Amino acid sequence: MEAAVERGDFRWQQSLGYDDNLVVSDTAIQVEDLVKSYGPVQALRGVSFEVCEGEVFGLLGPNGAGKTTTVEILEGLRTADTGRVTVCGLDPHRSGAEYQHLFGAALQSTALPDKLRVDEALALFSSFYPKRRDTAELVRRFGLEEKRRAYYSQLSGGQKQRLALALALVNEPRVVFLDEPTAGLDPQVRREIYDIIEELRQEKKTILLTTHYIEEAERLCDRVAIIDHGKVIALGTPRELKERSAGTTRIQVRLAQPAHDGALERLEGVADCRQFEDSYVLHSRRPPQTIVALVKHLEAEGNELQSLEIATPTLEDVFIELTGRRLRD
Amino acid sequence: MKHAGTLAKIRMRLALRSKAFLFFSVILPLGFLFFYAGVFGHGDPRKVAYVLAQVLSLTVMGSFWGLSAQLVIFREQGILRRFRLAPVGAAAMLASSVMSNYVLVLPTVVMEFLIAHWVFGMTQWGNLLGAFVIVSLGGITFSALGLIVASVTNNMQETQVINNAVWFCFLFMSGAAIPLPILPSFIQRVALFLPATYLVTGLQSVLVRHASLLNVTADVIALAGSFAVAFVISWQLFRWEPEERLPGRAKLWAAAAMIPFLLLGAWESTRGDRRAEANTIFESLQPLANPSQTK
Repeated sequence: MEAAVERGDFRWQQSLGYDDNLVVSDTAIQVEDLVKSYGPVQALRGVSFEVCEGEVFGLLGPNGAGKTTTVEILEGLRTADTGRVTVCGLDPHRSGAEYQHLFGAALQSTALPDKLRVDEALALFSSFYPKRRDTAELVRRFGLEEKRRAYYSQLSGGQKQRLALALALVNEPRVVFLDEPTAGLDPQVRREIYDIIEELRQEKKTILLTTHYIEEAERLCDRVAIIDHGKVIALGTPRELKERSAGTTRIQVRLAQPAHDGALERLEGVADCRQFEDSYVLHSRRPPQTIVALVKHLEAEGNELQSLEIATPTLEDVFIELTGRRLRD
Repeated sequence: MKHAGTLAKIRMRLALRSKAFLFFSVILPLGFLFFYAGVFGHGDPRKVAYVLAQVLSLTVMGSFWGLSAQLVIFREQGILRRFRLAPVGAAAMLASSVMSNYVLVLPTVVMEFLIAHWVFGMTQWGNLLGAFVIVSLGGITFSALGLIVASVTNNMQETQVINNAVWFCFLFMSGAAIPLPILPSFIQRVALFLPATYLVTGLQSVLVRHASLLNVTADVIALAGSFAVAFVISWQLFRWEPEERLPGRAKLWAAAAMIPFLLLGAWESTRGDRRAEANTIFESLQPLANPSQTK
């Protein structure tokens, strides 16, 4: 076991058997104060976070929040205006091929030539790396056996995405970037992709994934950074983040007529109340009292309760609490 | 180079799966051969050799379109982005275009030689080594010139407009479609500034006059120089992303691509013999039309 070495912000630790010159640190990805503008639009306004080795880390936020820009800077596809990123101690723009050997990535929309066959794509991309995974095993693992000889243009959306994930793994990467890996896929295919990501977690890969699906972040991620308007507005484990709404229960109600301003917020036990289109979301510290108070209030007002849902808070609630908007708004 | 070779193999497979490729790279050039040799060959082996040189030039110049323009489609569709994530450099991507174009053009060239021999009675092969060298240099040069267009254009529409404009200049001002000596004198002078002219005159010299490589040094140097300049410039201009704009420096590089051709044309205009060589070859065919002068 090598002695820990201080190098900048990183604590360098023992090699875990990787055969290159890289030393494994417990911080696999470090992002410091990233700023990026596209003309007048400021996409990133000082994004910072760290991802530990073997961790599944999620960037959760609505479209246009800056998730893809962050990942593409890490992948070396874009350069930040200011700020610094390192992956396993390497800089994407200064480390050349050594950096590219380190990671695998599935872009938000992977495109390949229409007439390229599935097995050809895997063989081609694996040929670029010194360390390669058995492509036949990848075909099996990603359920592409029947489509092995199919052209890329003949694949369904889910199959294309599975191929994109398989391509991200051809070089046995230490770090995997997955940008919206399940966007636009049906629930069945989404669950299949979740299983694949779970398997990667078992293999101790460091995974950075972006998503705007709450369920995905809660189910897959060890830690989540909630990102909005180019800034990280909250960071922690899904549990920690949900505990921000500590002790509250989410009560969603639909009423026959709109409630008077502030009336629901004043009900007993209510910590927070927000209106979304035709419904109200209340966060209550004492749900039974709040519900009784709500019913009494509606009776007094001559209003009617059309529906009522009670749930424990989700990351969506955390996002709503922080931004006043839903993730999909 | 290893990555370029692997990419070239795949790109050749992709090309062979495309009906458009088969039409433009095989059927059309062979069609030209049947047309030119049938109409202008008159069963005269030397005239067939002359038109073969023209058709070979057209075939080789087709590399200007070829897989270089495919890179524009790859960039537009986001395919290049996926390659950019892998340790594949711009040079490998560009070299794969040149290599695959070159290998794909060779079978058509061989077929054209065989058809000229078997169907149209071309009895002598000419200087085959010389023809091979010039065809090879021509193939890689026109691929690299196509790469410059692919690098400076933002989409396939722009590529098609520029490619057509340049292609028609190559086709009609170099002697490839119409023999140079029968073109107006000012076009003959302009032709000396086009790399295509050196491909045509070089091939006519080795096929009709059986000239040695030493006798076509000017053509060989012109083509080799054009390739080197075009490849380096296309490398400098290469873009992976569709939204990446060409920086001002890149536009200077694109303009710089013209310099070697200007120098070449200026040198040939004052001290070279390519125009005279084209005339000599063309005139050497004329007496054959008159039986009294053939002896």
